[in-house]
Amino acid sequence: MPMVQRKQVIPGDVIATGNHRYGSYIEKRGDEYVALRIGLAEVGPDGVKLNPLTGPYLPRAEDQVIGKVVDINGFGWVVDINSCFDGFLPASFVFGREFSPATHDLSSKFKVGDVIGARIESFDRSRDPQLSIRGEGYGKFPEGEIIKMSPTKVPRLIGRRGAMVNFISERTGCDVKVGQNGVVVIVGPPEGMAKATAVVKMIDQGTHGADLMGKVEEYLGGSSVAGA
Amino acid sequence: MPEPKKLIGEDGRRLDGRRWDELRPISLEVGVLKNADGSAYINWGKNKIMAAVYGPKEVHPKHQVLPDRALLRTRYHMAPFSVDERKNPAPSRREIEISKVIREALVPAVLVEDYPRTAIEVWVEVLQSDGGSRVAGITAASLALADAGINMRDLVVGCSCGIIDSTVVADLDDTEDKEGSGDMPVAIMPNLNQVTLLQVDGIYTRENFQKAFELAIAKGREVYSMQRDALAKRFFSGEPQPMEESA
Repeated sequence: MPMVQRKQVIPGDVIATGNHRYGSYIEKRGDEYVALRIGLAEVGPDGVKLNPLTGPYLPRAEDQVIGKVVDINGFGWVVDINSCFDGFLPASFVFGREFSPATHDLSSKFKVGDVIGARIESFDRSRDPQLSIRGEGYGKFPEGEIIKMSPTKVPRLIGRRGAMVNFISERTGCDVKVGQNGVVVIVGPPEGMAKATAVVKMIDQGTHGADLMGKVEEYLGGSSVAGA
Repeated sequence: MPEPKKLIGEDGRRLDGRRWDELRPISLEVGVLKNADGSAYINWGKNKIMAAVYGPKEVHPKHQVLPDRALLRTRYHMAPFSVDERKNPAPSRREIEISKVIREALVPAVLVEDYPRTAIEVWVEVLQSDGGSRVAGITAASLALADAGINMRDLVVGCSCGIIDSTVVADLDDTEDKEGSGDMPVAIMPNLNQVTLLQVDGIYTRENFQKAFELAIAKGREVYSMQRDALAKRFFSGEPQPMEESA
């Protein structure tokens, strides 16, 4: 098994030297790889990686996000996606090619205040992120509890290939929808929702070590067979 | 001219009992404000300063938007109760100038190009003031930026030096600042080995300038290790994590 070295870093710390591939939040200076964020750095066969422990959500193409419609104009919906940039969902992505502002009523589809799941179609430095609801599981969420969490903790909530979020759904009987922008929507029976909400908050607040699954299991009680 | 006050005693100690190169007691805490995206609190001598960071967020008014980078807004402000005589809360000439130099001390460390068309706000509020509040403010503000998760090349840390009784000393307090004959606040990025703030007032010989400058940098590095500890306490529960093995 190849060794992965882990290291706690703060901005300015050298994570590794030499020649590696490197990911986000890392800057290369000469042959040094320097951290730009507070986080846990990994040096392994895949290169140098940094998992930040804090930070805002910055949109990236292909991210799945949950947002709230804040405005409607003639051409689409403006969606608050918990970021410094507002998402824009063009009406033509929803009504199709034949969309015309004269014949289609945008508020018949989504009203201001509606919570929707969407995918980030495109985003670059010069334009605000463009959203799309094409695909399974996107569109309006008619009910549920909305929780905001730190976007840097979202990967912990999702778990390896969705293991954590599936486990929570299974144990609480709730549907847990997670946006990569740190917005979570939980739908289900009241007692399950209370439990699921508490677990999401626990994952958000703590700095957890390796056995987060164990902690969640203990919290939700019952035998450990069902999950995995 | 009145006889200048004696600031260093016969035993070589200063009015508060420190040696020439000794810092005042410093304590730092990160993540103290719930509603800010990042925050830090610093106790440096009698200075009590709160720094808060908000953003990146949308820029208002819109005409200030920078298309290729973030706008870093900085406000240094002294609370009316931070000094002996009530201070008018309106920003004074001095506060406006210090806001500017703090901004210029922090900007080189922040990757503003990573956040185009946004604003990052840094608020430095002096709750109780003593000498060297701008360097203490910079030290706290850079921790607050790191806490907010803004991409940074390095932390920024400040320390001031100066001349009292014709001697170069570290970290002037309020009396030494007012009665002494020179003050030199310096801010550095310790890993990059770069100076982001250097102000001088008073008259220095070349030797004294060199000595004060080098002392400020050396003492700044001492404060830097306290900054590291403060971040470790907030994010890594104070203790370094052991190396792990995984697939």
